[in-house]
Amino acid sequence: MDIQNCKILSNEKIAKNTYKMVLECNTKSITKPGQFINITLQDFYLRRPISVCDYDANSITIIYKILGQGTKSMASLTPDIILNCMIGLGNGFDITKSDKNPIIIGGGVGVPPLYRLAKELVKIGISPKVLLGFNIGEEVFLANEFSALGCEVLVATADGSIGHKGFVTELLDGIEYDYFFTCGPLAMLKAVCNMTISDGQISLEERMGCGFGACMGCSIMTHSGAKRICKEGPVFEKKELIW
Amino acid sequence: MVDISVSLGNINLPNPIIAASGTFGYGYEFSKYFNLNILGGISIKGTTLEPRFGNPTPRIAECYSGMINSVGMQNPGIKNVIGEQIPMLRKCFNNLILANIGGFSIGEFVACAKLVNECDDIGMLELNVSCPNLHADGENFGTSPEALKEVVKEVRKVLTKKPLYVKLTPNVTDIVKMAKICEEQGADGLSLINTLLGMRIDLATKKPIIANKMGGFSGKAIFPVALRAIYQVYQQVKIPIIGIGGVSSARDVIEMMLAGATAVQVGSQTLINPFAMKEIVANLPKVMAEYKINKIQDIIGGGH
Ligand SMILES: Cc1cc2nc3c(=O)[nH]c(=O)nc-3n(C[C@H](O)[C@H](O)[C@H](O)COP(=O)(O)OP(=O)(O)OC[C@H]3O[C@@H](n4cnc5c(N)ncnc54)[C@H](O)[C@@H]3O)c2cc1C
Ligand SMILES: Cc1cc2nc3c(=O)[nH]c(=O)nc-3n(C[C@H](O)[C@H](O)[C@H](O)COP(=O)(O)O)c2cc1C
Ligand code: FES
Repeated sequence: MDIQNCKILSNEKIAKNTYKMVLECNTKSITKPGQFINITLQDFYLRRPISVCDYDANSITIIYKILGQGTKSMASLTPDIILNCMIGLGNGFDITKSDKNPIIIGGGVGVPPLYRLAKELVKIGISPKVLLGFNIGEEVFLANEFSALGCEVLVATADGSIGHKGFVTELLDGIEYDYFFTCGPLAMLKAVCNMTISDGQISLEERMGCGFGACMGCSIMTHSGAKRICKEGPVFEKKELIW
Repeated sequence: MVDISVSLGNINLPNPIIAASGTFGYGYEFSKYFNLNILGGISIKGTTLEPRFGNPTPRIAECYSGMINSVGMQNPGIKNVIGEQIPMLRKCFNNLILANIGGFSIGEFVACAKLVNECDDIGMLELNVSCPNLHADGENFGTSPEALKEVVKEVRKVLTKKPLYVKLTPNVTDIVKMAKICEEQGADGLSLINTLLGMRIDLATKKPIIANKMGGFSGKAIFPVALRAIYQVYQQVKIPIIGIGGVSSARDVIEMMLAGATAVQVGSQTLINPFAMKEIVANLPKVMAEYKINKIQDIIGGGH
């Protein structure tokens, strides 16, 4: 973990209520895909945790959805504004545990961290199948970017305007896989854990006080005891979670 | 050179800054961020006799200039804390360790106090009779004069080797009355204040954000409430006061000491800036110089 003042390089709308922001910063504290940053916003007391979608040596890309007042104010920020960020938080996905034929299942704003994950898997010669779920067609993002990595991408929307009409978990039918990685709304994660036949890793969310392990605000009980989503998580193995 | 050391009773601290309970874990995890020995003290996460997972989540809600928590004393139990957590902290921290003890019954407080009494690494027991997160309505030992008297009296009997500081809640009509009870029952000092009982409702779901509905309100916004409590209590009791509540700068530390605090704890500010205490300690001499203060100990109660 480190704290830096990061300059906004760009902040643009990429889908309905969904924005992509690129921040200039040193990224040496990021060690794994699935880690997050915690951003201070002017006039808001607590920081906002947002997953790292991608990064290079000098910048981080995040994708966020307007949910409440804080993300709404983020959407109005312009390039050159400085944001104070805690960087390199959480444990992230462990790609060494993946089998040869993994799937990635993402829902809504759970999709961003899975992009860097797919990139890392491709780097070690594994091409994951990617299943993405959104509510409506206008909300779909990153599908083309996953394809550009060489991944097979299947999309489901609840309104059926793009891809399969229905839940992303329905795309699991007839797909072969031996491991999974997932991030998205809790109901989806639960369904994924129930329906998948293999081991896998799940990225969770919780309201956070600190994001670096100091307050116990984000705890969950697991089969191996109490864990902090911000520190031991946000990624957990399927076999650890109690639903 | 200005002098930032203080004496808390007969304990000498290199400076008045102490990490507040529940906002700095057991300390050692953060020794990789900065040298913990720049702190005067560390109050560990509230500890109970048995291990506790605490309350359901969400446990955190944001407020204007503050936050609400409903952690509910998640801790691995006093035996683990004394056997494992405190030794780990001691390895990287030489100054005062405060054992923050919570409980559901007088028997539980007494049992914990006996164990604390025998632990050499603990410098002081901070009796947390003020956690608003253990009962649904925020009630605790610190809101009833009779219960407070009993618990302080019984803990004092077994805590023979360590100073006893009682951490009081602001959620009472007369905090001075509670402070006097502690002094009469032999407390060595007071920690003022714990969180204010508060809540938030989510407009989208139209339900309380915190799973337990209510929780403890802390952060910058409560500074004036803490200051007022310290000021009132300082006038009526002789034992030292550790000031807590909304401290976020060296200026706040000086203001709280003028109200009557001998030392000051920093809580929520650490959660939003892990380096807050380091920055406060570094800034203290500068702010003292600005206000022509040579020895910080001399300003305690100076506002009266
Ligand atoms: C590890 C992690 C990674 C995340 N990654 C992303 C991401 O990549 N893209 C994205 O769009 N969102 C992500 N989120 C969710 C994001 O943090 C919330 O949407 C955001 O904090 C909402 O802030 P707000 O001010 O708009 O909402 P408000 O409701 O006004 O916020 C009030 C408070 O509640 C907190 N809060 C509200 N909803 C959530 C939530 N779902 N999760 C955590 N805290 C919440 C806020 O942080 C703030 O402290 C992530 C959350 C976590 C915990
Ligand atoms: C997340 C959190 C957990 C806390 N846990 C404890 C605790 O276990 N025991 C205790 O005595 N006080 C606890 N407190 C209260 C703080 O120690 C402090 O009294 C209060 O937050 C006011 O100070 P602040 O405004 O600087 O945070 C907690 C506060 C927070 C924010
Ligand atoms: S948010 Fe504070 S411990 Fe996780």
